[in-house]
Amino acid sequence: MSAEALSRGNWLGRGFATLGLGHANLNLVLGGAIILGWALIAVFAPWIAPYDPIAHNLPEKLLGPGLSHPLGTDNFGRDILSRVIYGARIDLQMGILGVLFPFLIGTTLGAVAGYAGGWVDILLMRILDVVLAFPFLVLMLAIIAILQPGLTSFYIALALVGWVSYARLVRAQVLVLKTSDFVLAARSLGFGRLRILFRHILPNCIAGSIVFSMSDVVLVVLAGSSISYLGLGVQPPTAEWGVMIAEGQNFITTAWWITTFPGLAIVLMAFGFSLLADGLAERFGLRQP
Amino acid sequence: MHRYAFVLTRPLQLIPVLFGISILSFFLVKSIPGDPVRLLLGTKSTPEAVARIRAQYGLDESLPVQYLHFLENLTRGEMGHSLLYKMPVLPLIAERVLPTFLLVVGSVLLTLLIAVPLASLAALKRGTAADHAIRGFTTAGLGFPAFWLGIMLIILFSVKLGLFPVAGFGEDALTMLHHMVLPCLTVALALSAIVTRNLRASMIAELASDHATAARAKGLPESWVFRRHVLPNSLIPTINLLAINVGWLIGGSVVVETVFSLPGMGQLLVRAIFTRDYMVVQGVTLVFACATVLLNFVADLLTVAADPRVKL
Repeated sequence: MSAEALSRGNWLGRGFATLGLGHANLNLVLGGAIILGWALIAVFAPWIAPYDPIAHNLPEKLLGPGLSHPLGTDNFGRDILSRVIYGARIDLQMGILGVLFPFLIGTTLGAVAGYAGGWVDILLMRILDVVLAFPFLVLMLAIIAILQPGLTSFYIALALVGWVSYARLVRAQVLVLKTSDFVLAARSLGFGRLRILFRHILPNCIAGSIVFSMSDVVLVVLAGSSISYLGLGVQPPTAEWGVMIAEGQNFITTAWWITTFPGLAIVLMAFGFSLLADGLAERFGLRQP
Repeated sequence: MHRYAFVLTRPLQLIPVLFGISILSFFLVKSIPGDPVRLLLGTKSTPEAVARIRAQYGLDESLPVQYLHFLENLTRGEMGHSLLYKMPVLPLIAERVLPTFLLVVGSVLLTLLIAVPLASLAALKRGTAADHAIRGFTTAGLGFPAFWLGIMLIILFSVKLGLFPVAGFGEDALTMLHHMVLPCLTVALALSAIVTRNLRASMIAELASDHATAARAKGLPESWVFRRHVLPNSLIPTINLLAINVGWLIGGSVVVETVFSLPGMGQLLVRAIFTRDYMVVQGVTLVFACATVLLNFVADLLTVAADPRVKL
C-alpha cells in the first residue's frame, strides 16, 4: 500500500466526489453494472421469473433449452431460468451479509488491538495465527458440523473465521497511523481514545479494507455455493446456485443445462465483484492499473 | 547467524500455534450440543452405563484436565474412535492420505505448467491481444467455482470425449494417475488464475530491472536474459503466493474430492459431518491444520533455498 494512499485522508468524500469525474474507470463501471444488474434481478425476481422456482411440473421434466423454457428444465420440471433468477437473491445475500459481519468484527478488533497494543494486541495476534493455521473452508465446515447445516450456520461460521483477514489488515495500518502527526494533534487537543481511534484513525485506513472486502465477496460467494453444493449450506428445494449444481450432477450425461447455467451465473457474479475490486483499488490509488 | 538457522528456530516459534490448534480442535468437539455419552450409547442407556462411560473417557474431570488428557492421547497418536467406521481415527485418516496428497501435489505442478507459459507470454507481449486475453482469464478465473469447473470438465472430457473416468480412484499407479488428471486440472485451472496474475506482474517488474538491463548490455540474447535472469527471480514471489494459498488449496481439494468421489481426507470429512462422526471431524481438521503449518514451513525453506538474499 502506497504512502500516498495512506495520506489521502477522508477517502469517502474525495473518492465518491471524483467517482463521476476522473478518467473513465472501465473496471469500476463494468463491475458496477454487472452487480447492479444482479441486484435488480434479485429484487424483482418475482416479476421477472417466468415460472415458480420450486413447484414441480413433472410432465415438462428434463426439457432442453427451448422457446418455452429458455434454459431448460430440471428433473422435477422446474424452469432453470426462474431458479437462476431466484438464486440471485440467495447468492447475492450470501456475498453481502457474508462479508459484512467479518468486516465489522475484524475491523473493530484489529483497530482496537493495533491502537491499544500491549497484551490485547499480543492475544489477538496469537488467536489470529491459530485461526489462519486452519484451512479456511475446513474450519468453516467443522464449525457448521457442530451447529447444524444451514444458511444461518454458514453466516456464523464465516463471522468466526473470516474476521481475521480484516483484523490483520486494519491492525497493520493502525500501527502506522497511530504515530502520525494528526493523531498527535488530536491527542494534544485532549480527545478521548475512542474518538481518536474511530473518528480519526479508522476513516483513514478503511479504504484498503473496503477494496479487500470486494474481492472477499468473490471468495464468500464461492465458499457459500461450495458448502451448499456439499449439502451443508442452503438446503433444497431452495433455489441456490450451488444446490442446483449438486442436484444436476446426476444428470450430466443427459441434461447438461441443469449444472451449466447456475455455474455461469456464479462466474458472472464473481467476475462483477472482481472488476469492482480492481476498479476500486485503482480509484483509491492502492494498486497500479 | 546461518541462513538456514531458522530450520531449527522456526519449529520453536510454531509451538504456540500448534498448541492453539489443539485447543481449538478440543473446544470444537466440546461445544457440540447434547451429551456425547448419550450420543454414543443411544437413548435407552441406563444411568449406571452413562456414569461408567463418563469415567472411562474422563468426562467427569474438569475441562483443563480433560484437555491435558486430550493432549496426552494426541502425543500417542490416539484421536478417538470413529462411530461410523468402528475403528481408531488415525489409521482411518492414514488410509485416505494418498488421494489428497496426490491431488494437492498434482494441482500445484499443473498450475505451474499452466501459469509459467501464460505469464511469460503476457509479460513478453505486454499490451497485445494475447496479454489482454490472459489478463481476462486471470480476472474471470478467480471466480470459477471449482466444483462446477470439475463437472464441466467431466461433461467435456469424460462424457463427450470419453478420455477420462467420471469418478473414483484406481487400483494401481497407472489407473490412479488416469483418475487424478481431471481433479488436478480442476484445482489447477482455478489456482493458475491467481498465480498467472501474480507471476505476470513480477515478470514485468523483473524485465525492467537493472540486472536484466545489465545482462542485455553484456550482449546476452533476450531469450537467455528471460530464462536465466528474469524467470528464476520472478518465481520466488510465486512460491510465497502458493504458500499463502495452501489453506485454499486444501479447502478446494475437499470440494473437488466430493465432485470426483475421490476417497481422500476431504471426502472423509464431508461424510463425517453428515453422519455426526465428530471424532473424525476433529481428527481430519487437526491433520489438515498441521499439514498447512508444515507446508508453509516447507515454502519458507524453498524461498531461502531459491534466494540467497532472504534471511528468515
